[in-house]
Amino acid sequence: MSNPLEILIIDDEVQIRKLLEITLDSNGYKTFFAVNAKEGLSLAANHQPDLIILDLGLPDEDGQLVLKRLREWYKKPIIILTVKNTEEEIVKALDNGANDYLTKPFRTQELLARIRTALRNTNESTIEPIIEFGDISIDFTSRIVKQKDEILKLTTTEYNLLSILVKNEGRVLTHQYLLKEVWGNSYSDQTQYLRVFVAQLRKKIEADSNHPKFIITESGVGYRFNTG
Amino acid sequence: MKSILRQIKIKNQYLISLCSVSIVSVLCLFTREYLDYKIAAYILLVVVSLLAMFLDILPVLLSAFLSALILNFLFIKPYYTFHISNAEDTLLFVLFFVIAFLNGVLTHKIRKTEKMLQTKQIRSTTMKLYNALLDSLSHELRTPISAIMGAIDTIQSQNVTISEENKLQLYSEIEKASLRLNHQVENLLNMSRLESGVVEPKMDWCDINELFYNVLDNLKEDLKFHKVKVSTDENLPLFKLDYGLMEQIIYNLVFNASQYTPKGAKIELSAVYNPDVDFDYNSDKLESCVITVSDDGLGFPEEEIDQVFDKFYRLHNSKTGGTGLGLSIVKGFVEAQNGKVTLENKEEGGSVFKLSFPALVMNPKEISNE
Repeated sequence: MSNPLEILIIDDEVQIRKLLEITLDSNGYKTFFAVNAKEGLSLAANHQPDLIILDLGLPDEDGQLVLKRLREWYKKPIIILTVKNTEEEIVKALDNGANDYLTKPFRTQELLARIRTALRNTNESTIEPIIEFGDISIDFTSRIVKQKDEILKLTTTEYNLLSILVKNEGRVLTHQYLLKEVWGNSYSDQTQYLRVFVAQLRKKIEADSNHPKFIITESGVGYRFNTG
Repeated sequence: MKSILRQIKIKNQYLISLCSVSIVSVLCLFTREYLDYKIAAYILLVVVSLLAMFLDILPVLLSAFLSALILNFLFIKPYYTFHISNAEDTLLFVLFFVIAFLNGVLTHKIRKTEKMLQTKQIRSTTMKLYNALLDSLSHELRTPISAIMGAIDTIQSQNVTISEENKLQLYSEIEKASLRLNHQVENLLNMSRLESGVVEPKMDWCDINELFYNVLDNLKEDLKFHKVKVSTDENLPLFKLDYGLMEQIIYNLVFNASQYTPKGAKIELSAVYNPDVDFDYNSDKLESCVITVSDDGLGFPEEEIDQVFDKFYRLHNSKTGGTGLGLSIVKGFVEAQNGKVTLENKEEGGSVFKLSFPALVMNPKEISNE
């Protein structure tokens, strides 16, 4: 049996630490804890955990700063926990290199799902040439998207948007990031493009575009692709 | 009128006092040949009394002093000197000065007491509001907390055996109570954001259709027993609004409808682009985006419709629950985006909330072909 994956939790609230300890331990992860930024940074350096859960509201330092310092050398997933649910704070954390975020109060099932996704994404160093979800399959080498074996006609922009979402499955991609990647740097604040093309794409790939299962809206932050 | 004058700067108040006394004196000067100078004295007294109603004490005293001098100089013989020839006129002059002075001081005092009463009244309404807040808050927060504590006590008690089914029921009660608690905290935070004036809308292009379904998804549990209909125009353009604020607005309105309409009631969301051509183009007046949230429930009592957006206001016949914050947050967030919100009862029953925003518009067709 392989060693259990190690998760470092940096949070000053004893109740949250207890909750996470029980939840993660009973799901087969090994947990260890830091109660402030200083301790967190040194534990991360000494233990090299597989994933870090970081609370943004730490007593000794701004969580965003801790995130930046960690990202100077730590390449594995970091999931942010925060009570500050403002869009700016979240976008900033994602820009600073967080893989995902959850706002308190959060559901533990949701957290476990996010942890699994984040860990899976780092383990897959190469992307499969063909990805399937629902009744759709994408062949990245031939750039062909099929629905139930029939070719789905996508415009170049639609294809580029879909492929970047799919390749980052489970991860929140900010508006700015998507606009830069798909349309180019000068489009980074032209959210109207994103709105229109996401709506178009949903009409083509979702069973019910009003209740999307694949392209999920993260209010005011961006979009996340779920394989349903 | 009064309040406008009271805001006038003190420097301008002196000017007003000087000008009015001078103008009235000049007008009186024309009548000097036909009328007794005592009439001029009375007219000047009236001017001082009028000024006392609006101006501060010092400008009023200035007008009293000035009019006394003018009376002496222009109207009491011999003219154009400050010398008074007979005892009667001296007495009149002294009396005039005393009356004008007293007039000014007394009016000032009356106004001061009036102001004090007003602040007292404001303080007592604030106290009432504060008490209403405490009442509804302690109820709204303590009820779910009691549910959580009670359920946990029962689950933990060692001398009774609880059936598995009941245990699940208790867990679900704990869950519901926490969600309710979270909803109330959310409302309180939003209210304090509004109160402290830190709500700065970040306008961005919004797909209203997506917004509606997003909110409805979040309210799935509360809408289990309702018929929900979304009617948006097929070619609805994008509107430049604050997505986060819009989410809260629609959430609160739909949540309210779900709580206060009977099971099976219909809740309808609609959005239309209102391309009202305004030839004197004024972007502030053009309300391009009109959203309605309506239901076929009982409607609101007509006499209370004006108050439902007030903070902490709760309908008289309302069932328990609710802090009276939801709709005032709606109003605050709508107005933060320069919009308007109105509430009306429908003739066929039920109520309709209408939101209109002067939002910038973009037609998706303009960019979808690229």
